[in-house]
Amino acid sequence: MEIKVLGSGCSNCKRLYEYAKQAVDELSIEANVIYVTDMVEIAKANLLRTPGLMVDAKVVSYGRVPSVDEIKELIKQA
Amino acid sequence: MQLIRDFFNLLNDALLKMTWLDALVKWFFGDIIGISEESLAYSSLTFFVYDVIKIFILLGVLIFISSYIQSYFSPEKTRRLLKGKSGIGANTLGALLGTVTPFCSCSSIPIFIGFTKAGLPVGVTFSFLISSPLVDLASILLLASIFNWKIALAYVIVGLVIAIIGGSIISFFKMDDQVADFIKEERKKQSNQDLNEYVMTKKERIQYAFEQVKEIFNRVWIYILIGVGIGAFIHGFIPQEFVLTVLGDNNPFSVLIATLVGVPMYADIFGTLPIAEALILKGVGIGTVLAFMMAVTALSLPSLIMIKKVIKPRLFFLFTGIVITGIIMMGYVFNLISYLFT
Repeated sequence: MEIKVLGSGCSNCKRLYEYAKQAVDELSIEANVIYVTDMVEIAKANLLRTPGLMVDAKVVSYGRVPSVDEIKELIKQA
Repeated sequence: MQLIRDFFNLLNDALLKMTWLDALVKWFFGDIIGISEESLAYSSLTFFVYDVIKIFILLGVLIFISSYIQSYFSPEKTRRLLKGKSGIGANTLGALLGTVTPFCSCSSIPIFIGFTKAGLPVGVTFSFLISSPLVDLASILLLASIFNWKIALAYVIVGLVIAIIGGSIISFFKMDDQVADFIKEERKKQSNQDLNEYVMTKKERIQYAFEQVKEIFNRVWIYILIGVGIGAFIHGFIPQEFVLTVLGDNNPFSVLIATLVGVPMYADIFGTLPIAEALILKGVGIGTVLAFMMAVTALSLPSLIMIKKVIKPRLFFLFTGIVITGIIMMGYVFNLISYLFT
C-alpha cells in the first residue's frame, strides 16, 4: 500500500504527514508513507487545497487535516 | 434620528472600539500600578496591553463569524462558478468570490494550477488571487473597529478595484501562455473530473468555524505580538517629527516608502493593524497607512517566491507591477481626499 501526503510544506501538511505515519503504525499494516511537495504531482492530483491525502493513487481527503482515527478509517475503506 | 444614531455610536464604541477596555487598561496602569501618565513607558504599555487584548477578542469573534459564512464557499465551488466565463464581469466575480472563499496562502499555488488547468483565463484567476488575501470579511470589521466604517468601506472598494483592474490588464495583455510548462501540459489533457466535494452539516460548520479560530490563532499570534510591539514602540518612543518627516504628507515619497517597505513583509491584516493604528495616531496620512497595510497583505516575499515557480517572468513582473502601482496610486489619492474620512 502506498500513502501520499501532498502539500507545499505548510504546517498543516507536516501535521497530516505525522498523523498518517501514526495511523499506519497503529493499524500495523505494510504501507509506505510518502511526503510529496512536487508541484507537478500536486497538479496531477487535481487538488485545489492542500494538504491532500492519497491512498493508492486515490485522493481520500483534501484541504483539511483529518484525525488519526479518521485516517485509519480512510485507509481501511480504500 | 439622533437617538438611533446615539445608540449605534454606543454599540460601535463598546463592541468595536472597546473604549471600556482602553479605560480599564489606563486605570490599571495609572491608578493601580502607579505609572506616571506623562512617562513614555505608560503610553507604550497601555497601547500594548489594550491592543493585544482587543485584537485577540476581535480575532476570535470575527474569524468565527467569517469562517461560518466561508464554510458555504470553497475553491472548488468558485472554480465551477467561474468556469467558461470571461471579460470584466468574470474578473469582478473572481474578485468578489476572493473575499468569501476560504483561503490560506499555502493553497494559492494549488488554486492557481487548478483554476488554470480548468481553462479559466489567467486574468480571472489573478483577480481572485489578488483579492483573496487583500480583502476578507474579518478584515472589514477589524478596520471598522480600529478606524471607522468609512475607511473600512473605502479599503474594501479599493481592494476590489485593484483586483478587478489588475486581472483585466493581465487578460488584456493575453498572458495565458505565460504559465509554467507543466500546467500547460496538464491543461491539454483535460483530466478535470471534480473531486467529490464533502458537504458539511450545520454542526460541522460550527465545529469548522471553531477549528479555524484555533488554527488561525496558532498561526498568527506571534505576528500580532510583534505587530503590537512595533506599534507600541512607535507610539511611545519614536518622536512624532521623525515619523512625519519620513511618512508625513509633506514628504512626496511617503506612500512610495510605505509600500516598498510593506511588500516583502509577511503578515496578515491582524499583524499590520496595530502598526497602522500607531502611525495614524502619529498623524501619518490615511493613504500612506492603507498603502502600507495593503502592500503587506497583498504581497510577501514567501508568496512571490512560490508564485514565481508557476508563472513565467513576463506575467510575474506584470502582476507585481500592477499590484504595487495600484497600491501606490491608491495611497496618493487617499491622502488627497483624506478630509472625507475623518
